[in-house]
Amino acid sequence: MGLGTFFTSKLDEAIGWARKYSIFQYPFVTACCGMEYMATACSHYDIDRFGAGLPRFSPRQADVLFVVGTISHKMAPVLKRVYDQMTEPKWVVAFGVCTCTGGFYDNYATVQGIDTIIPVDVYIPGCPPRPESVIDGLMKLQDRIAAQAQRY
Amino acid sequence: MDGAAMLAALRARFGSGVIETHDFRGDHTAVVTREALPRVLAHCRDEPALAFEMLTDLTAVDYSKYPGREDGPRFEVVYHLYSIAHNHRLRVKVRVDEDDAVVPTAVDLWPVADWFEREVWDMFGVRFAGHPDPRRLLMYEEFVGHPLRKDYPIDRRQPLIGPTN
Amino acid sequence: MAEMTRREFMLGEGSGTGSGSQRLHVGVGPAHPAMHGIIRIVTELDGEVIVRADVEIGYLHRAFEKDCEQGGYNNAIPYTDRLNYVSPLINNFGYCAAVEKLLGIDVSERCKYIRVIMAEISRVCDHLTCIGASAMELGAFTVFLYMIKAREYLWELVEDVTGARLTISYGRVGGVKADLPDGFAERAAKAFKETREVLDEVHRLLTGNRIFMDRMIGVGALSREETIAYAITGPLLRAVGVPYDVRRAQPYDVYDRLAFEIPTQKAGDNYARYLVRMAEMEQSMRIVEQALAMIPGGPINVDFAGRPIDPAAYVDRGKQGKTEGLLLVPITLSPNLQGSERPAHDRVNAADKRVVLPPKETTYGSIEGLMNHFMLIMEGFGIRPPQGEAYVAVEGANGELGFYVVSDGSDRPYRVRCRPPCLPPMAALHRMIEGGMVADLIPTFGSVNMIGGELDR
Repeated sequence: MGLGTFFTSKLDEAIGWARKYSIFQYPFVTACCGMEYMATACSHYDIDRFGAGLPRFSPRQADVLFVVGTISHKMAPVLKRVYDQMTEPKWVVAFGVCTCTGGFYDNYATVQGIDTIIPVDVYIPGCPPRPESVIDGLMKLQDRIAAQAQRY
Repeated sequence: MDGAAMLAALRARFGSGVIETHDFRGDHTAVVTREALPRVLAHCRDEPALAFEMLTDLTAVDYSKYPGREDGPRFEVVYHLYSIAHNHRLRVKVRVDEDDAVVPTAVDLWPVADWFEREVWDMFGVRFAGHPDPRRLLMYEEFVGHPLRKDYPIDRRQPLIGPTN
Repeated sequence: MAEMTRREFMLGEGSGTGSGSQRLHVGVGPAHPAMHGIIRIVTELDGEVIVRADVEIGYLHRAFEKDCEQGGYNNAIPYTDRLNYVSPLINNFGYCAAVEKLLGIDVSERCKYIRVIMAEISRVCDHLTCIGASAMELGAFTVFLYMIKAREYLWELVEDVTGARLTISYGRVGGVKADLPDGFAERAAKAFKETREVLDEVHRLLTGNRIFMDRMIGVGALSREETIAYAITGPLLRAVGVPYDVRRAQPYDVYDRLAFEIPTQKAGDNYARYLVRMAEMEQSMRIVEQALAMIPGGPINVDFAGRPIDPAAYVDRGKQGKTEGLLLVPITLSPNLQGSERPAHDRVNAADKRVVLPPKETTYGSIEGLMNHFMLIMEGFGIRPPQGEAYVAVEGANGELGFYVVSDGSDRPYRVRCRPPCLPPMAALHRMIEGGMVADLIPTFGSVNMIGGELDR
């Protein structure tokens, strides 16, 4: 093990630590879960504490895609396009059961889980999830961001 | 004018144009023929004693699985009218067969019928003759079939459409 | 030849005046930063003026009406929650009222009051969200934070009663899920105090605010005739001066016994809609306060000394070994550990065994209760209204919310149609934005308060 490797791993950690506290999210809000997303983002639950307080409403400036609410067949191409427009590194959070599995909308119009369209990093279940579980999901995402190999 | 008098007046005026009338739980309903429908609706809107200036709802029902009505006309298009001036309601219905599922449009009477009729076309496949813009409202153009028909299974999914502009 | 302005040089002759030759097509949405809702507006622009707009909806179509046909009558209630997800309680009660009308039954007195109370709290939540979000889109982020803060207090109330914050499924055909908890009136008073403070602050921040007024006054206006022709109801209709409100015109539940005003405005623009919504919140809170004072029936659970006690506290006390005196009173605890359910059950549900599930103690404690439960739950049994159809309208937060239910005599609805209150204004949206600037689209869209779940169903 040379000196370089040692430094790289430490640098990775430092960058991971910085990245996990500077989450710029793109809230792709479609449905009911958006109400809980609002509640989480506002002063009562305050996700700013986790460095995720600034939503970026442009996919090109965001690095975490929050898919909030049911995705219908009509909406699926839009979601795919927004995901493609985001720059690396990027993560996806599936917010609520509709995005995880389609939820109780087992019908002709609803996509049965957004992971059939785009890769997902963290699933937050609940219909809609309470702010506490959203924050839990966000912290899991932070751990994941910090632990993964960093590309820079 | 109370509901029963309203129905009696419609029967007297349109004769055989009104097929039947009923009053179930206080909802007064007139079933009219397709030919009489535009005249009935226009009368309902313009007659001062009725003055239905609002088309609150327009929808359809597919009766192909309804016990006792499997062989009758398949679709029923339902108009819910409301009058602000008189504070009364009326339901007007028209029955159409599947192979001739066309109803005259009401867009020229109430502009809101535009979207309601597009939705009925989208969900049931009932066409509205004279509609200015007969596109689907809720589903996408590539969708095949009409999902609220009773013979469309709820979980029949269709291939995902690609990114469009 | 007259000198060409730089603008005309760049954009073509006559641009910006509505007579230019170059038209620009700009699609707004479905994922647009300043729109809280997914619709697509394809605009045809001349300079910055919208010449023509085509509104496309359906991005949140979730087959509500088809889903309702799949299960029993009560199984549709969770789907109704997600129609207008900002005020789900009103949807619940509207659907229940339609099925009750079909069955020809009446709910208990206390239940009617509970429905009024919960519906009005929902209405306040809805207006708070609407005004907060549309103010945020105009740059007033503080207002949004304040309004969501107030909504949070109200949601805590809702959670106390229903067990959930948002998707509550609280209505039942023939009643409601549970009675109001102990001390609800005091907590409501406290939450309303906070809400009123917020409303007062927002009034000071927005109502006389120069920027806000400039963006709202005269923008997105619709004439009285056109509003009626488009069947627009609710705050948008009252903003053009028509005092139509289902609660007053065709009173349901106990609205005819409560005193409230129907705020109206004349102008019909975005500012008038804002003022109507602000005034309605105060009226809603007034209704709740009256209803809480008039609601029949007192506390429902008492401890051994006759003092009212919360069922959960009763169980907790037993678990801690503080059983002194508890055995003196025979009390049946339901297996779901919510405590004694039976006394509350009768108060809030219709006395009709064909419709209402028996309380849990009866289900688990007697053979009649068990059979009754099974008859309502089993496939092919359940609630069976006679053949027929019924339309019931209630005043939703956005206007007349109608449910048209057709029964074929079996245990599942043959057809459930929801008359969405925000579809007519959306159908008229192109009339409100054509001729205005692109930037005016945002406050107009905000003032319509489009809710995807109920628009696309």
